[in-house]
Formats: sequence, structure tokens, C-alpha cells
Amino acid sequence: MCSLLLISRMEDIKLKKISDLIWQIEKTGNMNVPAVIYASEKLLEIIKGDMTLKQIANVACLPGIIKHAIALPDAHQGYGFPIGGVAAFDMDEGIISPGGVGYDINCGVRLLRTNLTFDEFTPKKTEVLNEIFERVPAGVGKKGMTKISKEELFEVLKKGARWAVEKGYGTKQDLQRTEENGEMKGADPGKVSERAVERGKPQLGTLGAGNHFVEIQKVDKIYDKETAKTFGIDKEGQITVMIHSGSRGLGHQVASDYIKKMENKYGHANLPDRDLINAPINSDLGKDYYKAMCAACNYGFANRQMIMHWTREAFAKVFGSSEGIDLVYGVCHNLAKFEKHKIDGKEREVCIHRKGATRSFGPGREEIPEVYRKIGQPILIPGSMGTASYLMVGTSKAEEISFGSTAHGAGRVMSRHAALKLKSGEQVVKDLAAKGIEIKGASWKGIAEEMPESYKDIDEVVRVSHELGIGNKVARLVPLEVMKG
Amino acid sequence: MKKFDVLEHTADAKFKAYGKDFEEAFENAAYAAVGLMYNPKLVAAVAIEKIVVHGNDREQLFYNFIEELLFLQDSKQFVFNTFLKKPKIIETNGKFKLTAELIGDEIKDEYEVRPVVKAITYNDMKISEKPLYVQFVVDI
Repeated sequence: MCSLLLISRMEDIKLKKISDLIWQIEKTGNMNVPAVIYASEKLLEIIKGDMTLKQIANVACLPGIIKHAIALPDAHQGYGFPIGGVAAFDMDEGIISPGGVGYDINCGVRLLRTNLTFDEFTPKKTEVLNEIFERVPAGVGKKGMTKISKEELFEVLKKGARWAVEKGYGTKQDLQRTEENGEMKGADPGKVSERAVERGKPQLGTLGAGNHFVEIQKVDKIYDKETAKTFGIDKEGQITVMIHSGSRGLGHQVASDYIKKMENKYGHANLPDRDLINAPINSDLGKDYYKAMCAACNYGFANRQMIMHWTREAFAKVFGSSEGIDLVYGVCHNLAKFEKHKIDGKEREVCIHRKGATRSFGPGREEIPEVYRKIGQPILIPGSMGTASYLMVGTSKAEEISFGSTAHGAGRVMSRHAALKLKSGEQVVKDLAAKGIEIKGASWKGIAEEMPESYKDIDEVVRVSHELGIGNKVARLVPLEVMKG
Repeated sequence: MKKFDVLEHTADAKFKAYGKDFEEAFENAAYAAVGLMYNPKLVAAVAIEKIVVHGNDREQLFYNFIEELLFLQDSKQFVFNTFLKKPKIIETNGKFKLTAELIGDEIKDEYEVRPVVKAITYNDMKISEKPLYVQFVVDI
């Protein structure tokens, strides 16, 4: 069921400028729809530097794709779909693709608010970071392992964050303030392979390495006072905490398993990139992948719920209480979902793939927690460990032009290899310390790879989102203390 | 002879591994992939893990081979020092089977393991016979 994809040469891709922030690859060759790129000229130049445009044009060739394939301002080269890619598919004619979701299913971000001010926090900052480091396992070897049986893991896969809350990790309010209430309903652990279970069992409640982190931040600037207040952000200088992690080896294995199942069933002769493999949404294999993906998604929800709980405990240990440390919201980055969208004036259910993209729903959507429903869904855009992150709010405009989606982060501009050559981990820590940022990581190498210079300008990514109106700025958060896995 | 090159890739990690045959190139590719996470030379040679993987073509065989290393690391906390038995590839009716034996240890602090590799991908994967090399990208 793979389509013939012929957009194989970069020279075949012609970009048309629609406006300062909108670019289009017109429908050519086997593209079923055009592709749009939401970027400033500055970001577009970076995007042109890798395979992103070719990859998004490939996505536009997939069967049943609706309206257009979208590359967001932070888009960069992925596998199959680009990272920062969004596509909607028709429920009858369309496909579902593990490569369109990504290997780290439900990689995502949470933001906690606190009552602490910068001045109250500062004298205790290192102590808090050390307490977090003590409690949150990076997930290497047996250290910090949560012992769990297969039966128990199945409960995690069915219930997601609810499992964690039932076990005492957090509160019911946390669930209400998580995308999908922290629980994808379509999950079937029976569709998750034994291998994925074996990888997932030892890793529940672990951060992972790479770009995953727990970061203590300070509110640097509030752009939209009223919205910020509803989200629990009252004043500049207020302390917040951001957590970024995913579904660990279990999610990665689910992706690999279904990529292979689909290629064994449908073949890949016509695909320019085997990670574009897909199955019809309503085929048995398509349905099985969706059920397994939901289960992996729930693992990701439970994982972040546990990490968040231990982070609260760390604050409670140092400050005597975790009162007021409330979850603002938790978002997902890598998922396929069935959502209702208005397309050509008509509301219909479609299968949205967001790979390295954040859902951005405007006011009124029933998926948004009641406390925020009148103003829109909170969006969290993490920067690199030396730069700002943003709290934003979803918009109706996003529902119109990007299937309710916006960017998910800064996106890398420099390879890890190049970063290691540029600066040592020790130097990165020194440079950040000069800016008042303290880093604790498992390794110098890991810190060097994640240096701020490796990432795109987050302010520019956010500016494009705001000016396009697909996610509006609420507050800017700057890092103080960072734990890297 | 050079074992592998690190190629430029912005977001993930890309390698080109060499060898006199695919078996040797696969072996060198394994060192390239795990080299992102640990230095095999630091790992004690005390436990043995057997590898048997299949593939409908060489690309899938290679994908499954690297995936197996990640599987052993995540599920059994096993990291390797060296190949006790080098990869052996058998082709039957166009399908492939690889067997190998690794010697290594359970992860310990002193091995300084950083589990940054999430998965092997097919992105830009090239398994070339002439000249002989294996090019691949791992997701980080």
C-alpha cells in the first residue's frame, strides 16, 4: 500500500513565496497535495541546508493526505518524515506511518509552576538540583530501577499517567492538565512485542539521555498577563520547572517492530526512504500499530508523571513543602491521533501525524482542560540548555492553517560531532555558569553535545509561530539549573 | 584499514563502516554505533550474549543487527567488550541470517554509558558491495 514517490532530487523542488513566513512547494510529480513551510527567510536558509524539503515533499505524496504537508519553523531532517512535520490523512483512504510519528513515541514536555521567587530559590539552587539528580534516574544500568512485573507494565500501557497517580505519583489534577488526560484510550498492550516489553520493564521512570532534561527556570518576561495568570504564572522572577522525556526503549522498539512488519507486508520497492513505510489506517496492521503506539504513548505519560513526582519531592525536601508546585500542562511531540478538524468548511475526523510538533488548539476545543478552555491550550517550547524556553497558547488560526499544530523546540543546527570539536563539556559548563546557569549531567561529552550553539535560535522559531498566529507567546522562561541525562 | 568514518548529520549520527566483507563491515558498524554510548575497551569481558538475527535483505539484516545491540543494552543492561565470535552471514534463497557472539558485562558506573542512541533507522542507509561499505544513521 505504499505510494510511488518520485520527489527524489532536490533540484525538482521549487519553492514559491506566499508571504514573509509562508513558503510552498507546489504539487508536482507524485505529490497528492502541495507542501507548506512556515518559516522566516533566516530559518528557511537553515531548513534548505539538509533534506527537510525533500522529506516534506515525500510526505505530500502519501495516499490520502489532506490539504497540504506542513514543515514548521523548527523543521529539520528526520527519517521518513522530517522532524517538525505535520500531516493529516483521510480516515478511509489514508495511511498511518510509524516513521511519521518517530522512534520516540510521545516524547514530550511538562511545565510546573511554583510559588517560589528567584530570591527565595537562589540560596538553595544547588541543593535542589542535587536532590533532583539523586531521585530521577537517567536510566543507565540498574541504578534507580523501578522493579515492575510484566502484568504491572501492561497496566501502565493501558492507563498511562493514571497508573502512576493511582500508585501515588502525583494528583488527579495532574491528569486533567495533561494532553489526552495522560491516557490514550486506544491502547492495547497485546499489540506491543515481547521485545518492547523487555526493553520497557527496566526503564520506567527514567529520563534517558540525549536532549532529555529536567530544568529549573525563572520567568524572564510575561507577554500576555491575563493568559499567564490563568496558567499559574503570576510574576516575572517566578520559578518554574520543565521536564522533557519520552517512552524510552519501549517506544523505540514499537516503532522498529511496526516499520519491519509493514515493510514485510507491503514491500518498500517504491519508497525513497524505507522509514516512510506505512499501512492504511483501517487495515489490520494499521490498527495494530495505532493500538501499540497508544500503549507506548501511555508509557511516556507514566514516565513523565513519575519524574515530575520525584522533582516535587526534591523541592519538598529542600523547601519543606511541595505546595503550589502545580502542573501547568503536559504536551506530546511525537504522535498520530484521530482528531476533528474543519477542512474546506466541513468538520471531519482525520488522522493527524505530528512528528516533532506540538498540538496547538484554540479556545473552545473540548480536548482542552476546563480551566483553560476559554483561552486555549498551553504550549511549551523548550530551547536548548543555555537559552530560553517559551510558554505559549494555542489558537484557532493554528486549527485553520496547521491542523492545530506549532513548533516543538529549537531544533539542531550543528551535529554532535561538530559540537564536540568546538568546545569541551568543561568549557560549556564554565560558559553557562558565567550566565548563571548550573548544569549537572551524567557525562561531559553529553553536555558538550547539547551546547546552546548546537541549536537554532529559539526566539526566531517562536517569533514565527507568534506572528503567523499558530501559537502565541505568553511568557519567556530562562534556565537556572539543568539536569541532563 | 580504517574501521569507520563519522559523517556529518545535524540532528542524529551518521556513519560509514568499512571491511573486507560485509561481516567485517557490520562488526565495525557495531563499534561505531555503540561508540556513541560507551567505550567497549572499558567494559570487562565476563558475560556472553549470542546474537541471531534475520533479514529479508541486507538492509533489514543490518537494521536487526544494530537493533539487537540496543535491545541487549536496554533489556539486560548488557554492553560488550568485543566479538567472541565475529558476525557470520548466511544467505539462503535471497534471505539472510547473521550469527555472532559478544563478550561483555552488565552496565557499571565505571563504563560511563550514555544511552543516547534511540534506534537504528533506514534513513540514508546504504549497503554497498563495490566499494564495500555500510552507511547508516542512528536516531538520537
